[in-house]
Amino acid sequence: VIVVSLALLAAVLFGLGVFLALQRALTRIVTGIVLMGHGAVVLLLISGGPAGEAPLVPVEGGVAADPLPQALALTAIVISFGLAAFLLVLAYRSWTIRHTDEVEDDVEDRRIARLALGRARAGDARTADPSAAEAVEAPERGDVEEPGVGLDDEHGSER
Amino acid sequence: MNDDVLVGAPVVLALVGAGLSVALARRLTAQRVLGLVVLGLVLAANVALLVRVRGEGHVVSDLGDWPAPIGITLAVDPFSAIMLVVSALMLLAVFVYALGSPTDTDSRRFFHPVYLVLTAGVSAAFVTGDLFNLFVAFEITLISSYVLITMGGRPAQVRAGMTYVVINLIASTMFIAALALVYSATGTVNMAQLAERLAEIPEGTRTALGLLFLVIFGVKAAIFPLFFWLPDSYPLAPAPVTAIFAGLLTKVGVYSIVRTQTLLFPDIDGQTELLLWIGGLTMVTGVLGAIAQSNMRRILSFHIISQIGYMIFGIGLFTQAGYAAAIYFTVHNIVAKTALLLVAGIVEVSAGSSDLKKVSGLLHGSKVLALLYGLPALAMAGLPPTSGFVAKLALVEAGLDVEAWLIVGVSLAVSLLTLFSMTKMWNGVFWGAPEGPWVPGRDTTTPDHGDAAGAVAPARARVRLPRAMAGATAAVVAATVALAVWAGPAVRLADEAGESLAHPERYVAAVLDGSGEPQLAAGDGTGPTTEPAP
Repeated sequence: VIVVSLALLAAVLFGLGVFLALQRALTRIVTGIVLMGHGAVVLLLISGGPAGEAPLVPVEGGVAADPLPQALALTAIVISFGLAAFLLVLAYRSWTIRHTDEVEDDVEDRRIARLALGRARAGDARTADPSAAEAVEAPERGDVEEPGVGLDDEHGSER
Repeated sequence: MNDDVLVGAPVVLALVGAGLSVALARRLTAQRVLGLVVLGLVLAANVALLVRVRGEGHVVSDLGDWPAPIGITLAVDPFSAIMLVVSALMLLAVFVYALGSPTDTDSRRFFHPVYLVLTAGVSAAFVTGDLFNLFVAFEITLISSYVLITMGGRPAQVRAGMTYVVINLIASTMFIAALALVYSATGTVNMAQLAERLAEIPEGTRTALGLLFLVIFGVKAAIFPLFFWLPDSYPLAPAPVTAIFAGLLTKVGVYSIVRTQTLLFPDIDGQTELLLWIGGLTMVTGVLGAIAQSNMRRILSFHIISQIGYMIFGIGLFTQAGYAAAIYFTVHNIVAKTALLLVAGIVEVSAGSSDLKKVSGLLHGSKVLALLYGLPALAMAGLPPTSGFVAKLALVEAGLDVEAWLIVGVSLAVSLLTLFSMTKMWNGVFWGAPEGPWVPGRDTTTPDHGDAAGAVAPARARVRLPRAMAGATAAVVAATVALAVWAGPAVRLADEAGESLAHPERYVAAVLDGSGEPQLAAGDGTGPTTEPAP
């Protein structure tokens, strides 16, 4: 029963973690990753076999609990703890720079999206055709100079 | 009993060095000297290891004298020894380059310790004989890479660094989960013992575990559907950091794919087809991405992906010739790629930009620089007589041996596209009339990399090469040339390594039997650590 409930717990933690990691807000992503880490640690604990055995020195006629997964879990916890801290610092840094908690769009994605939008406004029929949109994608991507700087004013005039 | 101190030496040296470096945080000169000494020692230890391994086949060490399946095992086979030597060489060269770089990369207080920790992590990944310690080594490497990639904290770096950290953290979490599953299924994390026990568990479980590991290491190695993070984040780091990441980090992923797929999961159904498809798609998407870019660093970042495809191609053949070719290719690629990115860094510093649209005619500024770019670029494209040609010839031969026509065709076509892309950079940056921020009287476009700012103000249309940077780059370029000149011995060495990969039972024997224990039969539940869960 304990193993099954632990397995369910791991599943729930992973599910929640993935869900949160797919959100747009950085804090949620961080929380999601931490939850996934917990799920993985629970999984490690389950891998040590059923709970309830004596530690290290076996009871008369019994078996000792397997200490290895617990050692592994401890290492994993320490590592994920440190990384969570680093991630939070990074998220905070991102917040001080931009004052929003959301993940920025990829710069190239944004250019392509804007391009597609511009074409649609101009009534270019080819954009409706996905393969044509793909075809124009490649040359446009070539124009990116440096993600994050000076992208806004260089697009309107092209093509 | 295996108690070879040499095996642990690279890791221990680098970590001790990192600690000392933190203590010397306020004395830049002392840190620099310390870094050079430590990296030199690591290189010496690795060369000694390679010599030993060539004599003995495998060098194994059991930490704390706990026999193999119970304690932590460090094991070096020819492949890991080669990777150790090459990585130490690149780490040293890039370190010298960073010292000479006029940007402030190296004077940031924590550059030195973090760089040494990176060294330790990469070395640990190559020497470990234990799946969990592979995870730890990955984490050591990644944590230092997180710091290096976001060093400086510019907005673009923070954005790209976030992507990089998140994707790698998710892969690491999957790694822990996979470890838990493996341990549940087999009751061990020692690779040699895993190799024995995984052969006994049901095929479906084994396939699932093998593919899980392929996905995890695939993220780290940036193979086909999992590469999106790489071209986004690598180019934004300081130039020396980009160079060392490009040279080493993805290759640690490739190394892990080799290790797990050859040792642990050598016989999964349809694996050859899967890996060959992945390899082919990786090559094609990478090179197409590169052609579409116009900044040297971004172009080269896409080429990293493309070249990973070739390595996967060699591994995917699952023949000795394939392994040997993949190993030679990996070595060639580490060296040539690092050289090219170092050149890109010099171009940025001395010409003010590495954008193909802003800079041209650099040939008139510095013929040496053009030469430094030209040699590894030709090697990258695989023109004879360079090391790239030898590597690709070996791959193609290995592919023809097993009649994998499609992948051979794809790899040759991608070579042409690579040549096209290298030529595009040559035409853009070196050919043509002198133009760009380094030419006086021309436009004074601001340099596109913040790091290069302020370093640019040549009074005349000649580029002054920072001496240490050029020297380090020249050394790396010389290494690519050496790989071509001494192609015979190098290929023989790769062949030895390929042979040992093709015979995983030797690795198992070296780790388990060499421990002085009578061979621990699989499933023989000795002690508390080996109790396979139902």
